[in-house]
Order: sequence, then C-alpha cells, then structure tokens
Amino acid sequence: MTSRVRRRTLLAFIGPSVLALALIGIGPLIFAIWTSLHFYNLTKLKQVHFTGLENYVTVLTDPIFWDAMGRTFLLLGIALPVQIALGLGTALLLHQPGLGFLKTLTRLALVLPMATTYAVVGLLGQVMFNVKYGVVNQLLGFLGFDQINWIGDPDNAFIAVVFWDVWQWTPFVALVLLAGLTTVPGEIEEAARLETKSWWKVLRYVQLPFLVPGLVAVLILRTADTLKLFDMVFTMTRGGPGNATEFISLLIQRVGFRAFDQGLASAQAIILLVITIVLSQIYIRVFYKEVR
Amino acid sequence: MAADARAIAPGQGGRLAVQALLLLLIVLFCVFPFYWMVTTSLKTQIIALQEPPAWIFHPTLSNYAEVLFDDGVGRTLINSLIIAICTTILAVGLGCPAAYALARFEFRGKKDLWFWFITNRMVSPIVLALPFFLIVRQIGLLDTHLVLILIYLTFNLPIVIWICTDQFRSIPYDLDEAALLEGASQWRIFRSICLPLAMPGVAVSAIFSFIFSWNELMYALVLTRKTAKTAPAMAVSFMEGYNLPYGKIMATSTLIVIPVLIFALIASRQLVRGLTMGAVK
Repeated sequence: MTSRVRRRTLLAFIGPSVLALALIGIGPLIFAIWTSLHFYNLTKLKQVHFTGLENYVTVLTDPIFWDAMGRTFLLLGIALPVQIALGLGTALLLHQPGLGFLKTLTRLALVLPMATTYAVVGLLGQVMFNVKYGVVNQLLGFLGFDQINWIGDPDNAFIAVVFWDVWQWTPFVALVLLAGLTTVPGEIEEAARLETKSWWKVLRYVQLPFLVPGLVAVLILRTADTLKLFDMVFTMTRGGPGNATEFISLLIQRVGFRAFDQGLASAQAIILLVITIVLSQIYIRVFYKEVR
Repeated sequence: MAADARAIAPGQGGRLAVQALLLLLIVLFCVFPFYWMVTTSLKTQIIALQEPPAWIFHPTLSNYAEVLFDDGVGRTLINSLIIAICTTILAVGLGCPAAYALARFEFRGKKDLWFWFITNRMVSPIVLALPFFLIVRQIGLLDTHLVLILIYLTFNLPIVIWICTDQFRSIPYDLDEAALLEGASQWRIFRSICLPLAMPGVAVSAIFSFIFSWNELMYALVLTRKTAKTAPAMAVSFMEGYNLPYGKIMATSTLIVIPVLIFALIASRQLVRGLTMGAVK
C-alpha cells in the first residue's frame, strides 16, 4: 500500500540517494561521452581535440573489439550450459528427501565460492594450474594425463577461465534452481510421482515450469556478469596469452590504461553500456513488470 | 523443506549412498581450492616450488609474518576495512530513506528511478572507471580513500535500496496509518516505527555492501597507487617477476578471503536474493 505525499517530504527521502548516484554515476558518464568524441591520449594530452564520431567508427569497424565481444559471448556460451547442467543436478540432489545434515553442509559449502574475492580466484588459478608446481596437473597425472600448460597456451588458458567461472558460479545457479524447486506445490509433485517413475518426466512436465523464472534470472545476470568480468581473468592471465582471454572489460581496460587511448576506450565503454542497458530493459520487462 | 517430509521407502539404502557420495563430491569441489590456498600459504618458497606439489610438509607461519609486517599487507587490509565500512555506512544511510520512499510513497517517475537503480547493478565498472580516473586525477584526489568510498556507492546503493525496499514493504501498513492519525510526520514514522522493524533487512544489505566493497579490484587498481591501496590490489602486485612468491600470495589471499567467507555464511540464506536483486527469493 502506498500513499501520495508532499513533494518536500518525498525529496527529503529520495533526494540524497538520487543526488549521490547522479554525481558519481551520471556525471562521469557524461564526461565519458565527451571523451569518446575526442582524440584523448594520456601520453599526448596537448593534442586533445574534437573528432566527432571517429572513435565510434573505429570501434565499430575494429576486429579487435568484435573479437573481444565474440570471445565474451563464447565464454558465456560454454560456461553457462555447464553451470546450468551441474547446477540443476546439484539442486535436484539437494531436493531429494533424507540426508539432512549432509545437505545442510552442502548448502553451506555452496555459499563459499560465490562470495570469494574474484581477484583471489584468479590467484588460485595461477597457483593450482601452474604447469610444474600446480596441483591440477598432479591430480591429472594420477589419471594418466600428461602435463598440460594451462596458463601459457591460448586454448588451455581459455579453458582455465571457463573452469573457474564454473567453479564460482555453479553454486549460484544451483541455489537459484533449488529455490525454484521448493516452489513446486508438494501435492502436485506427489501426484506426479505416483503417476510416473521417470524423474525426467517429473522434471520436464511438473518442475520445469517453476524453474523458468530462475533460469531467466540466471541467463540475464550471468550475461551481465560476463560482460563485467575482469578481476579473475586479470589476476590469472592478464588477458593472455596473446589476447586469448581478453574479454570485453579487459580490452577496454587495456586500451584506456595500458595503451592510454582514453578516447577510443570511452567509445568502447559507451557501446558496452548501450548493450547493457538493452539487457537491463529485458530484465525489468521480465521480472518487474507488475511491480513498482 | 517440503521434500524432507516425503518418507524414504525401504530398500533405498543404495540410492541414498550414491546420493551421499555425490553430495560429498560437491562439497569437496567447492572446498578444495580453499584447502589448497591455506596449505600453500603455510609452505616455504622451497616447498611451494616442489614438483610434484607436496601434500605433507612442516607448516610455517613465516609467510603471514612476512606479508603483514615486511610487505605492508597489514596496511592495505586496514585500507580495505576503512573503505568498506565507510561506504557501507554511507550506502545504508542514504539508501534506507530512499527505500522507504519507494516502498511507501506514490510518485511520478518511480518506475524510471527503479530502472536506473537496477541498471547500475548491470553496468561494467570499466565504463565508469575511465571517466572517474580522468576527473579524479584532475582534482587531485587520486589514491585517496574518499574516491573509492564514493565510487563503491554505485553498486552498494542499489543493493541497499533494493533489499530495504523489499523489507519495508513487508511491514504492515496499519502501523503507519495509526501513527498518521496520531499526527506523526512521515520522518517520525520512518525513524521510530519502520526502521527498527526493518533492521534484519538493513543488516543483510550492509553485509552485502561490505562484501562487494571488500572484494572489488578494478576500481582499486585504477584509482589507487600507494596510500589508499586495498588488499586485493596488493595481492595482485605480488604477481610481478619470474618466480612468484606463491606462499606469500596465498597468505595474502587467505587474509582477504576469511572475513568475506564468515560474512557470507552469516548471510547465506539471503545470498541468492541479494545476488539476483530479488528476482529469486
């Protein structure tokens, strides 16, 4: 239930937040748009000048930008199905009756990866995936595999990023889907289980409709988070070798802070922002249509 | 959970065993990296560079002593703490009244405001890092705590506002109405009736805000150099050179991760809600 109030009261409540976010969020953004319309190189600050849409033309026709974008969505395309498959398996396991203590333990263990500092995940990646001293190659050795150069090889480095993304975010998917499973009314599930012995049929026809909202949330949030992905990859591979793991946020960071081309980087960032806003729109349409 | 009420039919011992085994595997998968992190942090450089890696060795705390007292990790941890606490207080202080307004008042542009808050959750930090760096450098605030405290609001404020709005909505409106009849002002109702009742939500949002700020790396990397350097940025700076000091890196990592894990376990029931901005309860 809500009520209308006087404008002054309303401003007293939301004014400070809106002002704060406008100053630190929108202000810099406008400046970024300004920068993106200029030649703006940190090593040649005397030569800053207006270039119109030149930076945007460069970005939109630049294969490096689209490669990074493609790589970002490739990562999403590989990691997300794995996360959903493993997450769904985990959620179904936790939804089974019995084993109360073990299930509580599992739920607590699942919380740990997703709270872990992203930068630390990348550092762990360096340590555990090291060719010579890494425990992963040791364990693979027990299974009869040869030493694998994880971080130094383009394809393997990409796989290492996928691995850590899966490690960190499968628990998130699992807990979201578990929340969905618990919304299935008990009687309906009971009745379905009396009808059929096939867990697949129960999943497909009874549980899946209740999982859809969670799956859509996962899809949208994982997409946004993959576009944001920086810390873990930066600490593990720095985007390398070559640019095998240079995802979109790493590319923009490199152009802006290691190649010092702030103008170009700003144009890239604005394009990324537009893509993100479109995604958020979808998110709101799907989830918050009836509210606020 | 409703599922637990279902009876276990006799003769399902085998299935239970398989289930237990799978659950244990999941736990192992989640926890093993932490085990490796902590044990590596207790190894000397010689043991850390053994090949194949050692599983049994004499543990030593020398890495911790070294990073804390010689390399200045202690100071960066304090920086992280100062920044995370200040930004959390600011986010809660600004966010709670806004959340109350979103939950209780009707006004034009509410939807747009909501959309804007959520968009902030989705935007890549690099989009703001570029202009923020230029502005902050211009006004001479580079490498100060204040800059990080302010910029972390861009993701903390939306989180606080979302969680608290939800919490305020769950408080019965009758209380407000009774107080309004008594002649109390909106501010009075907010302060004396709703805020105390909303404390659980406020606490959870504060934990989130703390975790996100504590974990952040990119802004810290771009906007700090020395004085205000945070612990994650410090951990990264060990990554230079050829023979990496694995023990020291893992000791620093352990020091960074432990507080977050404790907070995460405290808020474990709400973690998913917070991470999805409430799309999933």
